[in-house]
Amino acid sequence: MNASTLWIFLPILTGALLLFLRNQRWVAFVAGGLSFLLALTAWLLPIETTLALGSYAFKLSSTFEILGRRLILTTNEQPILTLIYGAAAFWFIASPSVDKAHRLAPLGLVQVGVLVAALAVEPFLYAALLIEVAVLLTTPLLLSGRDKPGRGLLRFITFQTLAMPFILFTGWLLRGIEADPGASALIRQAAILLATGFVFLLAVFPFHTWIPLLSEETSPYLTGFVLWVFPTSALLFATGFVDRYAWIRTAPQLPQILSTVGALMVAGGGLMAAFQNNLGRIMGYAVILETGFSLLTLSLLKTQGIDLFFLLFVPRLLALALWALCLDILRQNAASLSLQDVRGLARPWPFASVGLIFAHLSMAGLPALAGFPIRLAILEDLATVSLSVAAWAFIGSVGLLAAAVRTIAILVAAPAELAWEARESWPQRLFIILGGLALFGLGAFPQWVLPLLNRLPAIFEHLGG
Amino acid sequence: MLLNWLAGVLILMAGIGLFVSRDWRWNLGAMALQYLAAFWLVHASWPLAASAVKLITGWMACAALGMTLASARTEPGKEHGWRDGGFFRLLAAVLAGLVAFILATRLSAWLGIAPPIAWGSLTLMAVGLLLIGITTQPLRVILGLLTLLAGFEITYAAIESSELVTAAQSVITLGLALTGAYLLVAAKEETPQ
Repeated sequence: MNASTLWIFLPILTGALLLFLRNQRWVAFVAGGLSFLLALTAWLLPIETTLALGSYAFKLSSTFEILGRRLILTTNEQPILTLIYGAAAFWFIASPSVDKAHRLAPLGLVQVGVLVAALAVEPFLYAALLIEVAVLLTTPLLLSGRDKPGRGLLRFITFQTLAMPFILFTGWLLRGIEADPGASALIRQAAILLATGFVFLLAVFPFHTWIPLLSEETSPYLTGFVLWVFPTSALLFATGFVDRYAWIRTAPQLPQILSTVGALMVAGGGLMAAFQNNLGRIMGYAVILETGFSLLTLSLLKTQGIDLFFLLFVPRLLALALWALCLDILRQNAASLSLQDVRGLARPWPFASVGLIFAHLSMAGLPALAGFPIRLAILEDLATVSLSVAAWAFIGSVGLLAAAVRTIAILVAAPAELAWEARESWPQRLFIILGGLALFGLGAFPQWVLPLLNRLPAIFEHLGG
Repeated sequence: MLLNWLAGVLILMAGIGLFVSRDWRWNLGAMALQYLAAFWLVHASWPLAASAVKLITGWMACAALGMTLASARTEPGKEHGWRDGGFFRLLAAVLAGLVAFILATRLSAWLGIAPPIAWGSLTLMAVGLLLIGITTQPLRVILGLLTLLAGFEITYAAIESSELVTAAQSVITLGLALTGAYLLVAAKEETPQ
């Protein structure tokens, strides 16, 4: 058996088959269950080691040949597979509670399979092609046959598609650099093309506009999934470049560029969030801020290594999933997510409102919540390198905090005669309570995820060593 | 070589047609011509069978979009005449072709490819960018992206001949066309122009 068959082709095939299943509870159960099993096998099952089950012996081989190229999944990739499929299980299992399983679970499973293929493909530059395939799957995921396509979706497709030619072309230049490492003109050209590609892929200013537009136009839960899966894969892809090419890793300008772009995204995202009048757009800007923090952690590679980069993953996942779930509940029961339309919704929808606020505060880095320990560590380390960058990162967090205060104020501003009640369904309450507990648990005991996080850096040969 | 220049001219004419006309029938006809010319330019770097993949995929993309638009019983988009931006669009497309012609010599020297191939590729990319840049209409955005990628594929074919890349690019071309078809079905209450 082959590792690619298990972690790439099986989810893609299952996702495709699930499109034909109409019962959304079953769809979510199968997709979530399979994702959980894949996460578990990635954690427990060794690759390239013969295992015996009674008289039956088998070995998961790491390499799969396809059209003259290879998909390689080794033991180094297993922790990230655990994280990716574990997170996907979380998204899929909660999806029926907001009536989104029939769209999210099948297409989301296919997307995750394609993005794992992007992690595995050699030469790894071809990941740009696979990411583009995953992007194209987003349209039916986000847009039902009844919705009109909005500007956000079109911009998302456009910007992500524009990234691909730049990155593929960089690959050709990189071959030239490998042959002649001293070719400074070639290095400059490759750096410019690569940076342009990732500006599109990571939604760096001014190509970030699709994120708030998409968050406003479409279902928050589906958008939340897209905003988790694409920035995560793009960040891993970008870090892969830094890891593989010594000229990028050792470039003296790299930390400066990453910290400037990261600070711009954090400060811009946080401050813009503070002035938004739509809860969906606030979530979108929070995602921009989070991507900025990831870039800031990459700017600290030389002093802190890759650990901070990975430490952001789990708190971000929990906060974003809970935020998207709660927003979706509110959106289904309000005319829109504009502040005017959600005024006073905390009384009829207290679980969703409280969950939304906790998720928001966690992303803003408030103490006692999951985002706080890592945010504190990043700010401390940034301050030792550059006080101004640390200050801008702090300002961004304050901006997001201000948006949270505005959200609280508007959600509780109900007329006195409106009674408190809880209209959320039991599954919705259950997922919100579990999500909230996880945020508090991880805030109080961040070491809980260390067994997983300690193994994650192995995916990068040079940065993780 | 002469045929390559003819293919470049065909690309420019198809690009102008695509950019100037608002009738989807003419647009898809221009796209089909573009893919024919792109096939010829890719054939300069690749064997016939591999380059034919580009042609077939491109035409399938046009067919998918055309069938969606035809089944939506869409009337041809209203032509507003030269005074309503037609002349501006014509001028912009011609300028894009000229800029591509000027840049083609540099690209040709940089990558070591023939000048007509570089010109055809850059013209397609420029027209694609123009299309994407001036509209929010789903059909035209998708046509712009397909045009841009067709232009990129001509240059990329000269430097990369992997079968996996060819397959992935074909999947992306078809995927974009199907995405366009899906967006058109979703937006069928709006009249595609």
